[in-house]
Formats: sequence, structure tokens, C-alpha cells
Amino acid sequence: MSEGPAEAGGAAAVSVRAVSKVFNRGTVKQVDALVDIDLTVAPGEFVSLIGPSGCGKSTLLRLIGNLIEPTTGEVLVNGKPADRARLDQDYGMAFQQAGLFDWRSVAKNVELPLELKGWDKARRRARAEEMLALVKLAEFADHRPWQLSGGMQQRVAIARALAAGPELLLMDEPFGALDEMTREHMQAELLRICTETKTSVVFVTHSIPEAVYLSERVVVMSPRPGRITQIVDVELGRHRDVDTREDAGYFKKVTEVREALRGFEVDELDAVGQGVDDR
Amino acid sequence: MSSVLSVRTNRIRPRRERTAPLARRVLLFLLALVLVAAGWEVYKAVGPARGGEVFGWNVLPRTSDAAMPHVWDMGSRLFDDESRTSTRPIWRVVLSGAWYSLRLAFAGFAIGTVVGTALATVMAKFQIVRRGLLPYLVISQTVPMIALAPLVVSWGGKLQLGSWEWPRWLSVAVLGAFLAFFPVAVGTLRGLESASATSLELMHSFAASGGQTMRKLRFPAAVPFMVPALRLAATAAVIGVVVAEISTGLRGGVGRLIIEYARQASGDPAKVYTAVLGAAVLGLAMAGLVAAFDALIMRNRPRLDQPEAA
Repeated sequence: MSEGPAEAGGAAAVSVRAVSKVFNRGTVKQVDALVDIDLTVAPGEFVSLIGPSGCGKSTLLRLIGNLIEPTTGEVLVNGKPADRARLDQDYGMAFQQAGLFDWRSVAKNVELPLELKGWDKARRRARAEEMLALVKLAEFADHRPWQLSGGMQQRVAIARALAAGPELLLMDEPFGALDEMTREHMQAELLRICTETKTSVVFVTHSIPEAVYLSERVVVMSPRPGRITQIVDVELGRHRDVDTREDAGYFKKVTEVREALRGFEVDELDAVGQGVDDR
Repeated sequence: MSSVLSVRTNRIRPRRERTAPLARRVLLFLLALVLVAAGWEVYKAVGPARGGEVFGWNVLPRTSDAAMPHVWDMGSRLFDDESRTSTRPIWRVVLSGAWYSLRLAFAGFAIGTVVGTALATVMAKFQIVRRGLLPYLVISQTVPMIALAPLVVSWGGKLQLGSWEWPRWLSVAVLGAFLAFFPVAVGTLRGLESASATSLELMHSFAASGGQTMRKLRFPAAVPFMVPALRLAATAAVIGVVVAEISTGLRGGVGRLIIEYARQASGDPAKVYTAVLGAAVLGLAMAGLVAAFDALIMRNRPRLDQPEAA
């Protein structure tokens, strides 16, 4: 099922070509965050970025989302330059903090991107209901975000990211703050949602099991300077459920990713890593 | 189904700020009032009649009836005629003065809020304005009101737009606004800058314009910071208006009554306290107004002192 880098038919969901990113160029604090990055994500594909702190995985995600500009190279989303794609709302984003607005009801939070696009009220409301049904929170539409648990808040954030109907979802450790049980549940939900909506995903994570369970490909990155060292194809088929986590093939892939990550110095207190990665 | 749901939602609803029931708060307020009155009377009974000297300094007030009238004299004075020439009971004079001042204070509060919010918005939008302007705002608050009052009155006197003339009361309201705008500007600025980096990036990823980010993120995020700022501003507007009434000599308000009655203190010592009581009522009314406003705009939001689930 895994399609690999797609040349066949239509533009790739994401195409990163010869991208590098230097922070504080020309000063003593210069950091080569990313060097020579090439990555293509096919439409409908689920790709995880994994690596130790400071490997630039969040930076890469932010480049794709046009929150920052590359120093050299080119980022295309749906075949368009990243800034055009951002203005056209071709992607949705979700972060580790759900980032819901306290002063809006759950439904109004989901409506936010539609409001910004100028959709009329009835259409917005209908769409929000549809999205909340998708994340199984329909009955919480009129609640306030702070009345929901962390996992529910994150589901609202996903509904919001998908509200405008983007073909691509960019996620930066969205389940990082959740407990293990909720996390596994959310992973299963995310896969279901993405399959239903045929959304491509670029997913940043620290967790090897999470990356393997979710992805068709796991992109392993190394720090200083950040580069892609290996891409692990996870050939487990697109359908994954509770049994997948106990499958021998799954364990094999977890081991493969773990070995690909071995050997990088893990230095949690590294100032570079903190500064670049942990936004 | 709906009953199951309500059980669930109740469980995950965080506890709201605990507030004492209204009856209890009123009782506590009255108790405090009684305690102050009792303290006054106790000191009057046991304190030295001619004041107390410590190392040659006169630090304790005299307890004579001229310096410290009995609490009940103040109370009964409220229901006597204002003076020999005016037969209106004094409580009506004081109350109408307080009402007049309340309207001025409210006008000052409104002007101060609009100006403060506008300044904060401009400062939040342009770093350079902020760096240039903020120190002057701080300095502005060190200018004594008394010095400013005649200036504002004379500037106002020169203003004339067609047939519209600058009324004298507006000078007083402007002086109230002069004290009120500052907490609003500072509080709102802090609030506008309180939006998290994540939410700002989120708005950016939604391709939101600067104006949209201001309206849909920064302003709503600033509201919890504006609430305490508005409380300070309401109090400041009252003080400003009372002081400005005195220093501009505007008639009709409670500030003017205080100064008038104080002049008669040697013959009628209880009288000035009725005006002071009027000023206190004025302050309470203003505080109540802001508290009601606060309850209205914060009704659906968690308080800042709650741990934020995010």
C-alpha cells in the first residue's frame, strides 16, 4: 500500500528540495539547524519525523508550514510554494498545546479558521458540527475548552485543523502531553480520521512506537547539523488496530528505527536543541 | 442519554472560584462598618481630650466634639436641614452631589478606558511607539492633579466647535480620565501581549491578517488583564473627579460639598462627615458597576488564578 515518493499523477503533498536552514547567520550564535534536506510526501501518505532534540524535526515541520523561511532550497506544498499554500489554507496545523481559545465554545474554536476565510455563519456551523462528529465530540459543541480533558482538547484541535478541508495535516508532537492510554487511543483515532478524510500527515514525534504505529514511512534525523540519516519503510499495511501493536512485524520496525537512532549523542540540555526544536 | 451526559460534564467541569454568598458578604460589610464606628467611639471615650504628644509631636488626634463628632451626631445630621438658608435635608443634598459626581466619574472612566485601550493597541502593534511612549505615560502620572486642573480648564475654555462650547464639567471628567487611562493602558498592553506563541503561530498558519489576529486573538486574550485594570481605573476616576471638582471649583458634586462643609467644621463638625460618606457611597457605586461588568464579560471564562488546562 505504501506508495513511496510519488511521481505518478498529481503534485506531491509535500516536496522539500535541497533545503537548509541557518539561524542567527553570521553571528557567534549561528546554528545550522538543517542541511541538505530532501523529502517528498505523497498524497494521502503518513510520514513521521523522529530524532533526538536538536535534530531540526520541528524546524522542518515549520518550514513546510511556512512559519519560517528556508535559508536555501525550495518547499512545495501541493505543488505550490509554501507561502502560497499557507495563504490558500492547503494544510492544517496542530501543536503539542491544543491552543484552544478559552473565550470560544468548542464549536466556535473549530469554526475559527472558517471565520477567517469569511464563510457565512450557517455554513460554518454545519461544518463545525460535521468535524466534531468526526472526532466524536458532537455533544460537546457548546462546552468551553477548559471543561474538556487533555485528550478531548487535542481532538478539538485536530477538528479545527481539518475544518477548512486541507489535504495535509502538519502535527508537532500533538500527543506529547497526554498519558499513555489516552495517547494510544488518540493515535488510533487519528489514523481513522486521516483514512476517512484521505489527509496526508507530517507528524513530529519523540516516540518510536508512535512513529511506527502511525506511519507509512519514518524519517530518522540526526542533530548538528540536522539532516535525514535514514528513511524506514513501515510495511504493515494501511489498516492498523490494537493487534498491530503486538505484531512481530511491528516490533521489527520499532527495532529498526531504534537502531537507526542509535549512536546520536542525546544531550537534553543542549542549548541548540532547546532553542531550535522545543518551541 | 442527556442525564448521562450531564453527569459526565459535571465531573470534568473545574471548580469555579468560590465566592461567599451575597448575604454573608453584606453582613461582613456591615460588621466592618460597625467595628469602625465602635473604634471611633472607643477612642473618643478613652483618648486624651487635647490630643496626645509623643516626644513633643502631636500624633494623636483630639477627642473633642469639634474634632471627632459622635457617630450618631453624623447620622442624625444627615436628616437635618442643610443650613439655615436651605431647608432640604442634608442626605438629599449629599446624595444628589454624589449622583452628579458619579456621572462625571463615569464619563472620566469611559474616556480613560477608550484612550487607554487605544494607546495599548497602538503600543502593542508598533514596538517603536511603545518604546517612545511608555516612559511618558509613566511620567504623566507623576504630574500633580492640582497643577493640571487650571490648565485643563483654561484649555477647555478656549475650545469652541461651531455652536458647541466646552462645558466646565467636561474639564473635570477629563481630569478623572487622566488618572483612569493609565492602569487601562498598562493592563491592556500586558494583556495584548499575553497571547501564547503557539496561538500566534496558529493564527499565522490560518493566514490571518494582522487585524484579524488583533480582533480574534489578542483582544479576547487581553480581557482577563483588563478586568483588574478597569477596577483600578474606576477608583482612580472617582478620586480624580473629586479632587478636580475641588481644584476647579465646579459646583454640584460631592468634592465641592466636602470643601464647603469643611469650612463650616468649627460650628458644625458633623456636617463634613456626611459629605465624606457621600464620597464613600460614590466609590462603592463605581466599584459595583465595574464588578457587574466584570461578571458579565468573564461569565464563560476560567479565572486567571485557576490552573489553565492547555
